[in-house]
Amino acid sequence: MWFLGRDLSLGRPPGPTRSGDSVPDSRDLHDPRDAHALEASPYAVDRRRFVGYVLAGATLVAAADLVLADAPPAGAAVPTLPQPAELYDLNDMLTDAARPTANLITVTIDEDGTASFELPRAEVGQGITTSTAMLVAEELDLPVERVRVTLAPARPELLFNQLTGGSNTTISTYTPIRVAAAVARAALLDAAAIVLGDTVAGLVAKGGVITARDGSSVTYGELAVRAAGGAGGRAVEVELKSEAEFTVIGTPTNRVDALAAVTGQKDYTTDLAVPGALPTMVCRAPTLNGTPVAVRNQAQVEAMPGVTHVAQVSTGVAVRAATFGQCIDAVRALDVVWKDGPVAGESDATILRKVRAAQLPMPALPDTPLAQTVSGDFTFWFRSNSPMDTNSAIADVRPDGATIWAGLKSPIVAQQRIAERLGMSQDRVTVNVVTAGGSFGRRLFFDGALEAAEVSQAMGVPVKLMWHRADDARVGRTHPLGTCRVQATVSGSNVLAFNQSLTCVETDFRHGLGEIITAAAADLPAGVGNLGFAETIFALTQEVPYDFGAVTQTLVETDDRFNTGSMRNIYSPDVRVASELVVDKLAAKMKMDPYQFRRRFQRNERLLKVLDTVAQAGEWGRSMPAGTAQGIAIHKEYKGVSACLVEIDTRPATTGRQVRDAVTGPRVTRVTFAIDAGLVINPRGLEAQMQGGINDGIALALTSSLHLRDGHFLEASWDNYFYTRQWNTPPDVRVIVVPSEEKVPGGAGEAGVAATFAAVACAYARATGTMPTEFPINHRTLSFEPKSFVPPIPQSPVNGLELTS
Amino acid sequence: MPEQTFIVNGERVTVDVEDDVRLLWVLRDLLGITGPKYGCGINVCKACTSHINGKAFNPCAVPVGELADDDEVTTIEGLPGEVAEQQRGAHGLHPMQEAWLERDVVQCGYCQPGQIMAAVALVNRVKAEGRQVTGADLDTIRNICRCGTYTRIREAITDGASRM
Repeated sequence: MWFLGRDLSLGRPPGPTRSGDSVPDSRDLHDPRDAHALEASPYAVDRRRFVGYVLAGATLVAAADLVLADAPPAGAAVPTLPQPAELYDLNDMLTDAARPTANLITVTIDEDGTASFELPRAEVGQGITTSTAMLVAEELDLPVERVRVTLAPARPELLFNQLTGGSNTTISTYTPIRVAAAVARAALLDAAAIVLGDTVAGLVAKGGVITARDGSSVTYGELAVRAAGGAGGRAVEVELKSEAEFTVIGTPTNRVDALAAVTGQKDYTTDLAVPGALPTMVCRAPTLNGTPVAVRNQAQVEAMPGVTHVAQVSTGVAVRAATFGQCIDAVRALDVVWKDGPVAGESDATILRKVRAAQLPMPALPDTPLAQTVSGDFTFWFRSNSPMDTNSAIADVRPDGATIWAGLKSPIVAQQRIAERLGMSQDRVTVNVVTAGGSFGRRLFFDGALEAAEVSQAMGVPVKLMWHRADDARVGRTHPLGTCRVQATVSGSNVLAFNQSLTCVETDFRHGLGEIITAAAADLPAGVGNLGFAETIFALTQEVPYDFGAVTQTLVETDDRFNTGSMRNIYSPDVRVASELVVDKLAAKMKMDPYQFRRRFQRNERLLKVLDTVAQAGEWGRSMPAGTAQGIAIHKEYKGVSACLVEIDTRPATTGRQVRDAVTGPRVTRVTFAIDAGLVINPRGLEAQMQGGINDGIALALTSSLHLRDGHFLEASWDNYFYTRQWNTPPDVRVIVVPSEEKVPGGAGEAGVAATFAAVACAYARATGTMPTEFPINHRTLSFEPKSFVPPIPQSPVNGLELTS
Repeated sequence: MPEQTFIVNGERVTVDVEDDVRLLWVLRDLLGITGPKYGCGINVCKACTSHINGKAFNPCAVPVGELADDDEVTTIEGLPGEVAEQQRGAHGLHPMQEAWLERDVVQCGYCQPGQIMAAVALVNRVKAEGRQVTGADLDTIRNICRCGTYTRIREAITDGASRM
């Protein structure tokens, strides 16, 4: 009864051909009921030998189990997640076990000699379609440009394995994707041996062509049908390439979607032409999450030019028209009676008071004679993870089924929630995952897709829903407001204890781990379930990477009335800023240089290396004019380590720069960033992610926040929400990818944010002589005139021809 | 309904739509030209930046009725046509697009058509003034990129300017 013990928390299936002769002993390697079974896949024969499958079919389709891993999966250290058995019973499991190819990912060889792979993750700009194409190309000996990577639609059978988050894509897919590709290569070689009349050992595969000893050759395309599994599939044992054999992995590679992007051919959700799906927008309440009661002028709005439908839905009043411009006109014309939302009357100050009231006493510090306490108390205001491509979704809901298109990082939960909302069974809802214009955590949720489905059902026609920028900024998900307190005890030249307590408005993790079983657990009454997830995620991501004696880090969350979610790097930016500012205070207390202090209390060799790297490359300690300074900080997460050294200019000539509709202020003039991200698939992509994270860190420190006033967020566009712009970005940025001893990949997408944010905060404190206690530092100054709430979105200007340049 | 006639990417088009509908929606929703992106609708984010008669402009802020029959609108799709064939690069694209590819600027890519169109106009302007692109010029670019690709944008513009 092997499959009864199948570890559902990892979604591990029995596999279609487990009884196959080629893997007679693999099941004996681990007892899956044993917790230690989490440490390796039962399919792993040894570190590089795995079993995959050639599937039945007319062309070659090679498959591997998505949960293959040759290192402890991230989930192995998750002791406090709800036990799967409580949530997912034997019957459910048997149902899934009956699907023979349930958990497989496949590489298909097409007759044109290309390989295709459907990635069960979302590409949102982080570059995973490129790194995935590289993995396939590596094992297949095929040029990267002949690998086509597309995004898989929602596949409920993948259970936990279709969530894009936690910078986990490469960590979790590194082995299984290579196994599938290696199986394809093996099948091609077998077929080629017959065609060319040679033995497999005598063949050489290169660039999609297999050549025999006598010089005769055959292409992958020519072999695609011959190598196919035919009527029955088979298990194949393969050996992956060793690192020494890598020619693609680790080579800087340009993005596979770059050509489409620079020519305007890369399609995002709103670029798709779905028949009948006309532009649609929603008119929203003047208070956050307010709801519509009645529409006073529906007939009048329905008669406006281009308008086809007006429908009241749960989140507002939807309008559908021939163009989005006519939707904007209609939304602005609507006269709606609203019921106030749950935070009506609240503001930054009242929410901060509630958070302060929820703070728990800090743990007691060691009571040692001569010990001194160094402390810090910081406030982090609400921030927005709104990307350039606003919440958008196409929905075509019919009586017997629905089809959805959207950029989704948790498509299985989206599918299930949409089915629930529509009153349909899940298998009636097809959810297509579209490449998205950024995420930053926003697309873990599916607010647009759920709303589009509801609107399409209400109107009885297909809709292309797009949130106005004002909606995306005001009603979209936020990084919660919070406080972070730090207390450290110093005695002589030792730090005896370091306590840190983060208290914040709740972070919504109700997307669960990508699957509704866990999402339901996160939705238990009174926030109990979500708190469990939040605590787990906090515990699994946060650490104080110094030798500071007794270390405690705690999280308290309160207030679930806001639309929140994980924002790039979740808790780490705030936690690390608070830590590193206090580290600088500790260094000052001990009269030590901040860099030397960090070295002295460092226990991790990898961290020492990145720290030394930025100190040298960034010229730590060089002489700087008054009003300018350096700051240095480190971070450890996603199986990687990073360090950042910045220089900031806070002199009046810089802070006084005038740019219209903008915030200038202090400027970070130079950034030196070093990362050891483990085994790097694409150094060029990793560098890009760090460059982006650097700009995020700068925005978090200096310019970008949301202001809650009287029950709504004031920010309605990019002239209100001050993300880093060209006049803020550092003219000198250097990212150094430090060679790593690690044999497995780490995460990249979020790793640049925390150390940068902390280094900027430290630099600002040193340049001005005052440690900031609120972030961003400009939050108390409202730098714009708020746009109207009724109507809820601004009209487009008409003077564009006067502003040509 | 009024007829709107103008030239887009070298082709004369006529569309039946009200005068006040902004050009961005005429391009995207009615003509299916989706290179110019929506990012704000109020001429702030610059994701829709295109060219009119060779100069950068933002179609989200132009009522279509204001266009004359012989106004030439160029979107990212038509950018290669702004230079002679021998000036185009390995991919047959405008030198700035080629620089963008070589520098691997794109992350999510959403703002990048607008960034490239703004970059070309900036370089044309600076060259007309008989000088090189400076850091101060780059600081004036208003196109927002939420992925934070600014570092490579700056490198690519300098590179692209040398190819133009």
